[in-house]
Amino acid sequence: MSEFKRISADGEVTISQPTLNGMVTIRADLTDEKTVTAIEQITGMALPSQRKITGDLIRGLAWMSPDELMVFCDDPETMTTQLNSALSGAFLVADVSHARAVFLLQGDGTREVLAKGAPVDLSPEAFTLGDFRRTRMGQVAVAFCMTSQSPDSFGLICFSSVQEFMFEWLVTACKKGSLPAYL
Amino acid sequence: MLFLTCPNCGVAAEETEFHGGGEAHIKRFSDGSDDKQFTGYLFDKKNPRGVLFERWRHVYGCGQWFHAARCSATLEIFGTYSAQSIEPPEAIIKAVRKKRPDWKAKS
Repeated sequence: MSEFKRISADGEVTISQPTLNGMVTIRADLTDEKTVTAIEQITGMALPSQRKITGDLIRGLAWMSPDELMVFCDDPETMTTQLNSALSGAFLVADVSHARAVFLLQGDGTREVLAKGAPVDLSPEAFTLGDFRRTRMGQVAVAFCMTSQSPDSFGLICFSSVQEFMFEWLVTACKKGSLPAYL
Repeated sequence: MLFLTCPNCGVAAEETEFHGGGEAHIKRFSDGSDDKQFTGYLFDKKNPRGVLFERWRHVYGCGQWFHAARCSATLEIFGTYSAQSIEPPEAIIKAVRKKRPDWKAKS
């Protein structure tokens, strides 16, 4: 994924939004072995444990709630079709690529930027690699995860209806000299 | 500020990540009930000073409902438990009794 809808590199942290990002939501009984095996086979990724993500927001599998997962992939249409034919019983698979927006944040101040708007302990001891947290940023529902360390890089998703707000919020939050250097 | 732990996703967060859903363990009266029962279901809620059981939803998190036992006077949280329970579980009652020895379940 090299194309970006927009990039802001003027602040303490580089914020970019990929042009295309395939997202498929799965709601199913995640305690069912057959379901889990099918999901792991099709996505090619291990089932993440509670509040974790396997991979990142470009290619990954995230734990959203006890019965919900989010798949990040290149081809959401094929993914949806494959999952729909592989799962059985009560389940839902939906392509939500156009309903969500992904932002990638890179730079060592990312923890500080996110901590400005989310009621989450983002200290290096509390929030580590592979953690995935659904919360709010300001007043907007988001989810973010940590994908690599030094320089720290985080991924963040929100509803696409609030992506303009989210982008501006993040740009403002990472203005030069505005980080408290607390974390 | 309340600090709740969601039993569905294990997140301990402050109350702005959650939304209150009113009194817990009430029986829903709809089809086949008389006006008095329905009025009771809609409007007659307990509002005790002290221990109370509430429904909460983790709106900004996993989106799931759960129950919480807390004190309306001190805002102390005694515990949270599954929304799929028709009465507070033994562990929660114990936790309440530990801090409020003279609390009576039916008040």
